[in-house]
Amino acid sequence: MSQWLGLALLATALSAHAAPETEKPLKLWHAYRGGEETALVQATELFTAKTGVQVELLALPYDAYAAKLTNAIPHGVGPDLFIFNHERLRNFHALHLMAPASGLAREDYFPNAVEALEVDGQVYGYPMSLKSLALYVNTKLVTQPPETTDALLAMLPALSDADAGRFGLAYESGDFYFHAGFLFGFGGELFDANGRASFDTQGMARSLAFVKDLQDRRFIPQEASGALVKSLFNDGRAAMIISGPWFAGEIAPNVDYRVVGLPVVSTTNIPIRPFLGVETAYVSARSKRAEQAQALARFISLGEASRVRAMVGRQIPADVAAYTLKEVREDTLISSFREAARHATPMPNTLEMARVWEPMKLALRAVLQGGTEPQDAGALADRRYRALHRERPPDASPLPWLGLVGAMALGGSVYVLRRPAATLPFKRRYPDVAQAVAYITPAAAGVAVLVFVPFAVGLSLSLFHHEAGEYSFVGLANFVDILASRGYSITEPLSFYFTLAVTLLWAVVNVVLHVSIGLFLALLLKDPLLKLRGVYRVLLIIPWAVPNYITALMWKGMFHRQFGAINGLLVALDLEPVSWFTRFSTAFAANVATNTWLGFPFMMVVALGALQSIPQELYEAAEVDGASKWTQFRRITLPLLRPAMLPAVILGSVWTFNMFNIIYLVSGGEPGGGTDILVSEAYRWAFQRNEQYGFAAAYSVLIFVVLLVWSAFTKRLMRSSSEVMG
Amino acid sequence: MNRPSRLKMAAIHAGLTLLCMATLYPVLWVVKMALSPTDGLALTANPFPETVTLEHFRQVLSGTDAAGRWVFGRQLLASIVVAGATTLVGLTLAVSAAYALSRFRFPGKEGGMQALLVTQMFPATLMMVPIYSILQKLHLLDSLTGLVLVYATTALPFCIWNLKGYFDTLPRELEEAAVMDGASTFQVFVRVVLPLARPALAVTALFSFMTAWNEFILAATLLNDPSRFTLPVALQRFVGEHKVEWGKFAAGALIVSAPVMALFFALQKHLVGGLTAGGVKG
Repeated sequence: MSQWLGLALLATALSAHAAPETEKPLKLWHAYRGGEETALVQATELFTAKTGVQVELLALPYDAYAAKLTNAIPHGVGPDLFIFNHERLRNFHALHLMAPASGLAREDYFPNAVEALEVDGQVYGYPMSLKSLALYVNTKLVTQPPETTDALLAMLPALSDADAGRFGLAYESGDFYFHAGFLFGFGGELFDANGRASFDTQGMARSLAFVKDLQDRRFIPQEASGALVKSLFNDGRAAMIISGPWFAGEIAPNVDYRVVGLPVVSTTNIPIRPFLGVETAYVSARSKRAEQAQALARFISLGEASRVRAMVGRQIPADVAAYTLKEVREDTLISSFREAARHATPMPNTLEMARVWEPMKLALRAVLQGGTEPQDAGALADRRYRALHRERPPDASPLPWLGLVGAMALGGSVYVLRRPAATLPFKRRYPDVAQAVAYITPAAAGVAVLVFVPFAVGLSLSLFHHEAGEYSFVGLANFVDILASRGYSITEPLSFYFTLAVTLLWAVVNVVLHVSIGLFLALLLKDPLLKLRGVYRVLLIIPWAVPNYITALMWKGMFHRQFGAINGLLVALDLEPVSWFTRFSTAFAANVATNTWLGFPFMMVVALGALQSIPQELYEAAEVDGASKWTQFRRITLPLLRPAMLPAVILGSVWTFNMFNIIYLVSGGEPGGGTDILVSEAYRWAFQRNEQYGFAAAYSVLIFVVLLVWSAFTKRLMRSSSEVMG
Repeated sequence: MNRPSRLKMAAIHAGLTLLCMATLYPVLWVVKMALSPTDGLALTANPFPETVTLEHFRQVLSGTDAAGRWVFGRQLLASIVVAGATTLVGLTLAVSAAYALSRFRFPGKEGGMQALLVTQMFPATLMMVPIYSILQKLHLLDSLTGLVLVYATTALPFCIWNLKGYFDTLPRELEEAAVMDGASTFQVFVRVVLPLARPALAVTALFSFMTAWNEFILAATLLNDPSRFTLPVALQRFVGEHKVEWGKFAAGALIVSAPVMALFFALQKHLVGGLTAGGVKG
């Protein structure tokens, strides 16, 4: 015990902060990279020079950023201020993450930028810059930028030659952020009169049909990523691209370009109207130095700081005064984007907005990659939207549950007390109990605090509904929801049963491959006289040593549609490159390939050990009896391997069942959540779909139950195998 | 045992070479990206770099933060401290617990062992929410100590099972003889049992070290201060949503993987024995 206490004390001592609050730097979190980050660094240096207050910047990866803010700030370990797009404002506001902008003067900024930051008449945050999309035109290839979609369509055939890898237009067509402009341009609305998202509309179908047509006529590349768009434009293989101001910094110096507004849709006479985002400096509601944080937020959104951000970071200032500066006013990029922003649609800061991304992504990919008809995609998105956004279940009374827990505790203690009295006194039955306690207490204490307590909390969370930091007790509602598979037939992704089937298939296929490849290699390697045996073994173990998230990202790169090594191999063999993540079969195969590479070395090592434990005499005797190699393998090797391999197989199956990293990072559940397994689905509910911790916990409990059944089954197997062995 | 024929040996070597090549292909591909001057991917099956530059390594290794401090050095140090301390704490706890479970009789022993296994079946990522709150109550958020405690305890079930299995296979006669010679139980444990269990200790240590060195999600969630990031979290910087800096990511991946590979190389003789004699035998 003292060991543990000592550790705890040491821990507190190490993590205690020596410096008083006021001397520590202000913490600022952001997700900027490249030029934008440099500009922010310079802006905060200006602040430090002026006020003497140090600022500590933390650049977070965009994917993890929102989750980190929502975790850290309520726990008092977050930053003093943070920079985020205004789109999540309502969500953050519901979680009480930020303080009102007390130092803000409305007249300093563009009015619509300030309005975007309003909740119930109160302004949260200081608008820093405007982000929207515009058309970058390679002036060598296009002398007169198109003003309408008809003009664009007329130009594209001459500019495109897909076989030579040349395209008239390129943009990230699979991303809703980029598609939204088309949706609005074709007269589509994202929200109905009640502010609810609706996808099954004329505008949606028309805009999808338009883009699908561009893709079918090979005017735009398929599955374009940001990296592809960049390289196409820089190589002069894309005449026009759609992107935001951040793209300017990535253009090669030898490319002559200009930036113009997006064309007007000829059939509706409405311009293609991209989203307008307001990048905002927010002051954390939990900052202990609110005044300084407010001053810093104001400082970086105005004056000299916004000049630096405009000139170095290529951001479009939301600060009115910035445009009185000659260099900002005369900067063509900034003025073009400012012009383009006029037609942009301010992105709503409602909770609903955060909920449209996943359904829209599904619809876009279904049309562009999956062959769904444009008019059917809206309905698809609508269904996904309804499935993802669960109404809060009615509160249940916790009394029966408390009663149940009480009864179980009572029953347990009665059982223990009433157990037939031991024939021997306690001291005699357990002579070394004092020693055992001394040896086991440190581990037990650690496991109790950091394994059993979280485990119990995790289990009981499944009976709660979580929304905006509040938990409400809902009894079995989460389970009912999952098991009834709400409106989803059991053959569709997002139904529990579909995901369960995929998970089981995933576990079986992987374990079979791991064991058979591992065993095969072990048989090749077992001969102690084999030369270079050690070298082979070390080389074949390498995949085990590579961290599995690196493995996952590495293979994800290898399966890349345009630039992956696997498609490189296919092309070298004169085969068609495969678009791996657009079909279930190939996406699943990609996941399996990655996990097989990762998992066979463990089985190989275990199999090697098991093979070495088989006495050589058995084979010699069999040899004398004239048994063939195959008979020897079947009659000696396999039965003797079983007891040693079985525990490894069980362990391996549990690992595979919960192998989150590979699924999440390689296929990401594509297409449309089809390749998600239970654990990645649970993760999405917890961390990507409005922090539905309770619902995610219910998923976890079901995973746990499945594995428990599996382990009971395998225990039988083990018992029977040890009986066979005598 | 009769010597296999030359032909058969040649076939085995050919087969193994082929399989090694297939296994190493992704690794070579990463090496290529790390050494090539470009930061993107290229559609080619050739796993060897055409031009070689150490620029990506230089950029990753020399990374400084906004204040100009050598942040990569701090992150490397953080990784070493976390992985080292996890191994030390985890192994100390696991060894003594496993020894008690193997040698002493006490109430709740079987139940405890089963409970340890059972907790492993709950998805680790979902334990994160409660762990986060517990660490906050203990004032251990954003601290390496907190991370070490979480890693050490979450790796414990596997470590205890593995070591207990191995201890079970050690003959008790040696311990009894030592007791006859007047050694205390503790002396027996330290002087007799631990030296005998070296292969299992090595493998268990390797496992703890690897868990801590490679872990990513918990570290990314629990740590906020970049100078305390472990290397996997630092590496995340190169893999953005809209843009992946493949060259730097590959260079970083090689740097992160190298120590574990070296450990595997050093311990691989023990690997087979340490894993199969004990642990997974249940």
